[in-house]
Amino acid sequence: MTGKTLYDKLWEDHLVAQDPDGSALIYIDRQLVHEVTSPQAFEGLRLSGRKPWRTAANLAVADHNIPTKDRDQGIADPISRLQVQTLEDNCKEFGITEFSMSDPRQGIVHVMGPEQGATLPGMTIVCGDSHTSTHGAFGALAFGIGTSEVEHVLATQCLVQRKARNMLIRVDGKVGPGITAKDIVLAIIGKIGTAGGTGYAVEFAGDAIAALSMEGRMTVCNMAIEAGARSGLIAVDETTIDYLRGRPYAPKDELFETAAETWRRLRSDVDAAFDAVITVDAASIRPQVTWGTSPEMVCPVDGKVPDPTQESDPVKRESIQRALSYMGLEPGTPLTAVNVDKVFIGSCTNARIEDLRAAAEVVKGKSVAGSIKLALVVPGSGLVKQQAEEEGLDQVFTEAGFEWRDPGCSMCLAMNADRLEPGERCASTSNRNFEGRQGYGSRTHLVSPAMAAAAAIYGHFVDIRSI
Amino acid sequence: MRAFQKITSRVIPVDRSNVDTDAIIPKQFLKSIKRSGFGPFLFDEWRYLDRGEPDMDCSGRPLNPEFVLNVPCYAGGEILLARENFGCGSSREHAPWAIADYGIRVIIAPSFADIFYNNCFKNGLLPIVLDATIVDRLFAECGPGYALTVDLKEQVIQTRYGESIHFDIDPSRKHRLLNGLDDIALTLQRADEIRAYEARRAQQAPWLFATH
Repeated sequence: MTGKTLYDKLWEDHLVAQDPDGSALIYIDRQLVHEVTSPQAFEGLRLSGRKPWRTAANLAVADHNIPTKDRDQGIADPISRLQVQTLEDNCKEFGITEFSMSDPRQGIVHVMGPEQGATLPGMTIVCGDSHTSTHGAFGALAFGIGTSEVEHVLATQCLVQRKARNMLIRVDGKVGPGITAKDIVLAIIGKIGTAGGTGYAVEFAGDAIAALSMEGRMTVCNMAIEAGARSGLIAVDETTIDYLRGRPYAPKDELFETAAETWRRLRSDVDAAFDAVITVDAASIRPQVTWGTSPEMVCPVDGKVPDPTQESDPVKRESIQRALSYMGLEPGTPLTAVNVDKVFIGSCTNARIEDLRAAAEVVKGKSVAGSIKLALVVPGSGLVKQQAEEEGLDQVFTEAGFEWRDPGCSMCLAMNADRLEPGERCASTSNRNFEGRQGYGSRTHLVSPAMAAAAAIYGHFVDIRSI
Repeated sequence: MRAFQKITSRVIPVDRSNVDTDAIIPKQFLKSIKRSGFGPFLFDEWRYLDRGEPDMDCSGRPLNPEFVLNVPCYAGGEILLARENFGCGSSREHAPWAIADYGIRVIIAPSFADIFYNNCFKNGLLPIVLDATIVDRLFAECGPGYALTVDLKEQVIQTRYGESIHFDIDPSRKHRLLNGLDDIALTLQRADEIRAYEARRAQQAPWLFATH
């Protein structure tokens, strides 16, 4: 008999009922809730007179609309303020724990969950947010859902789902110096495309993945959705277990050790069958920079902006042309010759302590280039911020000319006041370079924290391996 | 939920691949705590020449004459014809809300992003996946006055040239959409099964049922 994949095991462990037509009722262990995708779900509960099925399974935090400075003055934008207030009111009404804006545990939902140990191996985890794939780094089945499903989970603790297919992406060997989890995942997306993982649960494996810290693994799984996969997964090992020991929401003492024993079994069997297998040679990965308006429009920093006339497929050719016109780039331009206006270090992809350390190492003793209008560091949570300050990283950033802000989603999607002006170009550690993502007419280049820091110092993209 | 059975409508061709949910409904409109009123802001950055803000009156805004929703012969269509990976990006259900609020009932594409596809069914929207070569042909045929009939019960699209194109759909989704059923009420009918699962699981993994 063929073995099971990690995804197969997680799926079977959560099967409440299997219907003959292939759909299944799946139990959800944890729901994370934020202010943007929940108000209509709570309203739905109220209108139908329903109550949450299991209140303690939910954990809420506001992150998208939250200001990253002058918090003591509250939220200036009345519409944002109402949305954040609505989350607070809903959590109070339904008895759900919420970390408010003044709580040091407040932060981006996908940074906060793991940090609190609210994300555990073997769980099913959902949130009305596509980057919920992040939590798969812990050997959990985690995926983003829409607001109707947020309401469904609140009311029933279950979802009606169909099983996805299994894909294995194996990154063999060791990455070179200066190559980070972000470069690995961007290189994967460049290889398989933004729809390459559609319909699949993707397990990331191989030496280069096993060598990553939990922060790095979260970066990789976070961007599984940018390859079309609702969930990314990584097998549990001692790195996972060590990270979780002592976290507030994790089990304690003996129960932790019992749990850890079962978590160690959360890996694909050696003879497991995958529907698709992709291999990547870690040593071949160079620092990545996106040049277009989709994360698959990416190339190594020592490459050039592509020439659409070289593309034979007419739909692809037109999308390259449209992207270059939107991005204000000429074909054949070396990426290292592209100047940036602003730099953003933050987001659920790259705002954890290790990301800030990597950026600070590049910045230390240097200054932000005079041509840079704004260089922002937005820690992923209040606790990340505290730790960075204990390590003196805030000093490194502010002395170089960066602004050191309070935690939130910030300029990743510009729902708060942090945004690009039309035509401005940004080196960003976030996850999406879509048109208008960082503000109306904004131009986004996705890079690793070290590459973003280097772009701030030099005013243009530089190969991190050369400095 | 609104039921869907059969419609005949003109077709709006959106000839771009990887249309993301940020393009379908930009982030500033996600600040709303309501479920309705997103239609005027559908494809906001492509549709208008100025910068859209929540609660704006869109009637006097400068239109981008090149965008398909502003071409009179397509405006008001209930069928959207799209390219591959439609609805990629964020999980925001505001995207299908905006599409449905505009009046669209059917989206035809060679492929959809998973979360978006799922969200459509919660909002009385029918996403139809067709082979890329058929979608190519529909784009070629689509022009002023071009209409299609979509029949969910029969799982068939009829073109004006008398062609019948079959499409696949999962039976439970079809049943829910045809009858406009409330998903939550259906799941709550299985409350005993859910409780039995919880009791079983709490034995195996008690830490999952901690109360803080």
